[in-house]
Amino acid sequence: MSTAEMVEAPPDSAMIRPHLGVTAVSKRFPGLARNPDVHALGPVDLALQQGEFFALVGPSGCGKSTLLDIIAGLTAPSAGEVVFEGRPVAGSPPDGLGVVLQEDASYPWLSVWDNVAFGLRRTRLPKKEIAERVDRALAFMGLSDFARAYPAQLSGGMRQRVCIGRTLVLQPRLILLDEPFGALDQQTRLLMGDELMKLWRQTGATIFLITHSLDEAAVLADRVGVMSARPGRIIEVIKTGWSKERTSEIYTHPDFGPLTAHLWMLLRAESLRARQQAEEKK
Amino acid sequence: MTRRIIDTLLLILLLLVVWEALHRLVGRYALSSPLETVQYLSAFFGQPVFLPNAQATLLAIFYATAIAFGAGLAIGLPLGLFRGAGDVADPFLIALFSIPKITLYPVILLIFGLTFVGKVAFGAIHGIFPVILFALSGVRSIRPVYLKSARTFNLSTFNAIRLVLLPAALPEIVTGLRVGFASTILGTLIGEMFAGTEGLGFVLFKAIDRNNVPLIMALTLLFFVVSSAANAVLLAVDHRLHRRANPPGS
Amino acid sequence: MSLMLKRIVVLIAAIAALELLCRFGWIDRMTMIPPSEMVDALWAMLRSGSASDDIQYTLDNMLAAIVLSVTIGFVAGTAIHAVPRLRSVLDPLLASYYAVPIFVFYPLLIVLFGITNLPLIIIGAMFGVVAMIVNTLTGLDRVPRAFAKSARLFRLGRIQELYLVSLPSAGPHFITGLKFSIVYSVIGVIAGEFILSSRGIGYRIAFAYNNFDTRAMYALMLLLIGAVTTVTLTLHAWEKRLHRRWGRE
Repeated sequence: MSTAEMVEAPPDSAMIRPHLGVTAVSKRFPGLARNPDVHALGPVDLALQQGEFFALVGPSGCGKSTLLDIIAGLTAPSAGEVVFEGRPVAGSPPDGLGVVLQEDASYPWLSVWDNVAFGLRRTRLPKKEIAERVDRALAFMGLSDFARAYPAQLSGGMRQRVCIGRTLVLQPRLILLDEPFGALDQQTRLLMGDELMKLWRQTGATIFLITHSLDEAAVLADRVGVMSARPGRIIEVIKTGWSKERTSEIYTHPDFGPLTAHLWMLLRAESLRARQQAEEKK
Repeated sequence: MTRRIIDTLLLILLLLVVWEALHRLVGRYALSSPLETVQYLSAFFGQPVFLPNAQATLLAIFYATAIAFGAGLAIGLPLGLFRGAGDVADPFLIALFSIPKITLYPVILLIFGLTFVGKVAFGAIHGIFPVILFALSGVRSIRPVYLKSARTFNLSTFNAIRLVLLPAALPEIVTGLRVGFASTILGTLIGEMFAGTEGLGFVLFKAIDRNNVPLIMALTLLFFVVSSAANAVLLAVDHRLHRRANPPGS
Repeated sequence: MSLMLKRIVVLIAAIAALELLCRFGWIDRMTMIPPSEMVDALWAMLRSGSASDDIQYTLDNMLAAIVLSVTIGFVAGTAIHAVPRLRSVLDPLLASYYAVPIFVFYPLLIVLFGITNLPLIIIGAMFGVVAMIVNTLTGLDRVPRAFAKSARLFRLGRIQELYLVSLPSAGPHFITGLKFSIVYSVIGVIAGEFILSSRGIGYRIAFAYNNFDTRAMYALMLLLIGAVTTVTLTLHAWEKRLHRRWGRE
């Protein structure tokens, strides 16, 4: 596939309603003391179709996590709006959403089983249904043998699996992941990526993944968005064109190299700018 | 910064209001008003009983602090370095730390009698434990990567300690010294109250005995202000060291 | 040799050394009696029941003081944590609280409540409460930000977030607070009994001291120290077990 074909064509108005629509979203933070306001993000426009896997890459500090917070309803945008399944997202996390955070949020005082069941316990589901869902999620994530263990006894990768399982049981239709594999080594990352794709295929959920790794974005996603340095805007969205049954063996595909090269080409200038910004801050 | 000053002033105001209210409630023979207390205190500074006793107290605090710091570091640092010894000692230290020191005062009295050494001992045993515990913890929590990097520079043991280990453990050690110092002051004052024959603590004890309310309050105010000031200064140093070691955003 | 064994050896060695020093006169009887005699005296005292009233009295006072300081400390700590402005105002007070000899409030309390056990209990509580407040604050501070975020994602209300996430997460620190509250409350009560009581273990220790009755004095000290140390070490072990299970610090 040539570079020209990879770049996405502009959306046309006859498109079906997007699963998640982000329109002109921007975020400004009030300045500390006498400093001016910080324009952290935007304006950003984004539309995710039902069931697609979208990855966002960008330099440090460009506002990726802020964007995720806004989509999740944890923060309100300074301008623009987010619409999920036809309803605006404002003030609180919408129904049907699952989020996996960057840090390990598994609760150390609960067993793996209780951790995964945590979100379900807040709902009015009958106990039997809860138990079934939890057992199924544990089996899916390969954690059945560790149901009675505590997170502290598990490796970092397994703890992230607990966190993913915890959102899985809620049967989310949109899953947001903020650099979920950031703390893991490369090989574990690749394996977890395969598992994430398996999960995606089986649940049919729409996935929005933020990652630092160009490789990861290139392998996992249907489309990759590249973000500029602060204030983050989407410079380009690239279609990968992979088949839905892909695994990490895509690494060997002849188009993989050019794809990641293109991503880096876009990203390199932005990364240099971001580094300059960080140094100016000090 | 200005917020901090306003908040502190608010606090002082709040305390003064509560104090005055209590004073109105129970009458001046139980609690002097803030104004009376300050007046009495300033007058007290000029009285002949003040200076020699203040000097005695300061001297006792000085010695007690020196012992608490010296012995505390001498015990705490090696226990931190030699993991084996430190692990064995852990519950003993906790146990010793949790003994209400007040229960030991008869023993101290029996050993030292009503003397200067007695109250210095009392102050020292109050202060020594925080110093030991924090020094131990400070040394223990030096990140192994620091030691490794010191070795890559081929430093002698002495230089490794001086240039890498000590600075790394310093913030926590200093916290221990700060808490130890506060405890030592308190312990020395209590020692003077129960086992002394001179010093401001002893003066306080006599005042309680004779129910000399204005004097009790004046001395309490003095102790409180001095301790708070000393604590505030040390806290600032403590914070500065901790911030240097862990800058925000790291 | 396992860790526990090493500790037991050290303990026995220390006690044995003390015993020998006392028995061979290196430490004279007027200063200290041999540990074995301390135990003997205590056993006799407990068996005869002569100290039971006082022990009961002190125990009641300590318990009341501890319960007061822990509950008030916990509630106040949680409240102060929820109102950051309040916290920054009270912060210097909390930091210098233990620099004040709290005993100076005894006369005031006696005026207010008479020579009952109420001043003792209140002083004990005043002594212990700030330890609980400070540890509650630290515990709530140390709740990782990811936990608060995840609570919001689970759409928990503020109260739910507090008792489902924040409090369990801060758990070990509450145990630390409990530990220190107990120690300080005990100090407050005993010191009070030394000075202005005519009942209780503190009073009896002072009485024994004044009458050169070293046997009685050390017996009671052994009882007191033994009891407090046992409780503290138990809490400490529990705290460590939690830390290990949670893999923290």
